[in-house]
Amino acid sequence: MNIIVVGLSHKTANVEIRERIAFSPSQIEKPLRELVGLDGIIEGVIVSTCNRVEIYATTRDIAGGIARIKRFMADYHHIPLESLEQHLYNYHSEAAIRHVFRVASSLDSMIVGEPQILGQIKTSYGYAAEYKSSGIILNRFLHKAFSVAKRVRTETKIASSAVSVAFAAVELAKKILGNLSDKTVMLIGAGEMCELAAKHFLNSGAKGIMVTNRTFERAERLAEEFGGEAVRFEELFEHLHRADIVLSSTGAPHCIIGPKDAEEVIKKRRFKPVFFIDIAVPRDIDPKVDDVENAYLFTVDHLQEIVQANLAQRSLEAEKAEEIIDQEIGQFHKWLSTLEVTPTIVALRSRFDEIRRSELEKTVSNWKDLPPDAEKRLEALTMAMMNKLLHVPTSVLKKAGQGGRVDLYVDAMRQLFELESIQHDDQELELEE
Amino acid sequence: MIQIFFYLTFALYGCATVAYLAYLVRTTTAVEIWANRLVMAGFVTHLLSTIHRFSSSGHLPITNMHESLSFFALAIVGAFILFERKYKVTILGAFIIPIALLLVVSSSAFPSAIRELNPALKSNWLWIHTIMAFISYAMFTIAFGAAVIYLIQQYFLKKKRLGALFQKLPSLNTLDDINYRCLTIGFPLLTIAIITGAIWAEKAWGTYWSWDPKETWSLITWFIFAALLHSRLTTGWRGKRASLLTIAGFLIMIFTFIGVNLWLPGLHAYK
Repeated sequence: MNIIVVGLSHKTANVEIRERIAFSPSQIEKPLRELVGLDGIIEGVIVSTCNRVEIYATTRDIAGGIARIKRFMADYHHIPLESLEQHLYNYHSEAAIRHVFRVASSLDSMIVGEPQILGQIKTSYGYAAEYKSSGIILNRFLHKAFSVAKRVRTETKIASSAVSVAFAAVELAKKILGNLSDKTVMLIGAGEMCELAAKHFLNSGAKGIMVTNRTFERAERLAEEFGGEAVRFEELFEHLHRADIVLSSTGAPHCIIGPKDAEEVIKKRRFKPVFFIDIAVPRDIDPKVDDVENAYLFTVDHLQEIVQANLAQRSLEAEKAEEIIDQEIGQFHKWLSTLEVTPTIVALRSRFDEIRRSELEKTVSNWKDLPPDAEKRLEALTMAMMNKLLHVPTSVLKKAGQGGRVDLYVDAMRQLFELESIQHDDQELELEE
Repeated sequence: MIQIFFYLTFALYGCATVAYLAYLVRTTTAVEIWANRLVMAGFVTHLLSTIHRFSSSGHLPITNMHESLSFFALAIVGAFILFERKYKVTILGAFIIPIALLLVVSSSAFPSAIRELNPALKSNWLWIHTIMAFISYAMFTIAFGAAVIYLIQQYFLKKKRLGALFQKLPSLNTLDDINYRCLTIGFPLLTIAIITGAIWAEKAWGTYWSWDPKETWSLITWFIFAALLHSRLTTGWRGKRASLLTIAGFLIMIFTFIGVNLWLPGLHAYK
């Protein structure tokens, strides 16, 4: 049995294509049913997010399976396959396992380490489980992918650092001020980055926000938007001491807060620290403010540096994550291989048992004056013979399952004993461990 | 027999120190759990060792250098465990537990034989006076650890060097909270220790205050922490200044405790 992956992502297709090929979660039942109805496709899961659309499936026929899934994706969305094909990638066997582990661990994401993707795959898998399009192998496979993702998250620091300037500012504020829930933000001026940072602070629990602007109306409008308080620009210094976090981005040609001002403000605050963030160019806050005790001044460049360092850290952590994935692939692959062997052994046994029973029945029914315990003895005798005969081939097969030549043995066994119809489900559950 | 727990404590604090320092380098939950377990185990054996000594000697084991150093370490580790729980500052262990280890190591350098209790110490005042003093010492030690980390964090912030160590150490706010909390617990206890000491002195030696070196230096320690508490409450002093004063107070406190006993002859010098 082989696992195959067919799909496209932000790396191979632009948003227009991704939108056209997406499967809406509210109507996922139909494509799932059609998918597992495809010739040669046994199990299937559809993952559809704004950055990727992928189909995971199991099949005995890798090339055929991949081709049929590609055709299915094109037909389902009424797109000619020729125009879609250039955006599609496909993986099978070990590469497919690696790909899904990497996706779940957020190593393939646009922002490496972002946590949403795992939840999205879990939801997609939930639909597949609900509509029974996934079976033993994909169930096990995706659960494994979830546990790998969890391992990656706990054993590496891939998702632990801020990778945007606004978020870095929040993280830094927490390092200085501790819990933000009783902290107030002062927003001086306006500007996209400033407002974004203010939003982040409020989302992180900051208590309140004051907004000031040279045009008071503008301050009022922003204050309303944030649910804060508008302050007249001329009265800035009457209110500044109430702010724990000062975000500044005015178009002023010279500094509006100097070290003297900062000193006064901090004294007025009884030396409670202030986190100044200067986003303006030219600068709004005199660099000397940073020399004032309990004042901590950071510019956009400083924050940018933090982000760069965090990104570098993430790629370093990503390497560790790849190592974890390497280990886990080996384990899962091994399990998948024994899965091939076990049904063969089961089929072999049932073939032998079938012959044994029918022969036994023939003998017993034609035997007149059967001694009372003969049937039991015959049963035991034939069972013992069958077990002895099967013992060596079974153990050889099992051993092959752990090595690399499984296909060869399984194939030979099938042909020699004509084992075509293989019962899957019940026996494999025992292999969960 | 009496020494088994002591040596076990020794070993456990040693391992805990290694674990906390490892935690500083490699911050993982596994290391954190082990460091905390080791220090907890060390605290338990230390407590057993102290209780054992108490029951076999019949008096509080703080009557010579060996016992007092060990008792000081016990109080520090106990205080650390409480603060670690409350403020979730495992990393503080990397700064505090080595001090406890050092104290236990140096305590073993002094003769550990149980001696007949000095008649002047046979009093119930011994309990309250010394236990108060030791808990306040432990508080100031925790405050010292927090102050050192505060200065490190502030240095990183001012120099914009926000590397891995900066990320691992607690926020300035938490460190300042710890400093303040230690001060508000430690200072009243030190005050009680000095007052009960004076009352006891009047009963034992016939005078409340005899300007014995221990008394003088304790008073200096008391004044430093009083000044710190005062300026914290009135002008809102905090951060760097508070940290520097805490460190100064701690160093004088250590001198009061160890230096005076060893180098300055006086009524309190119980070697």
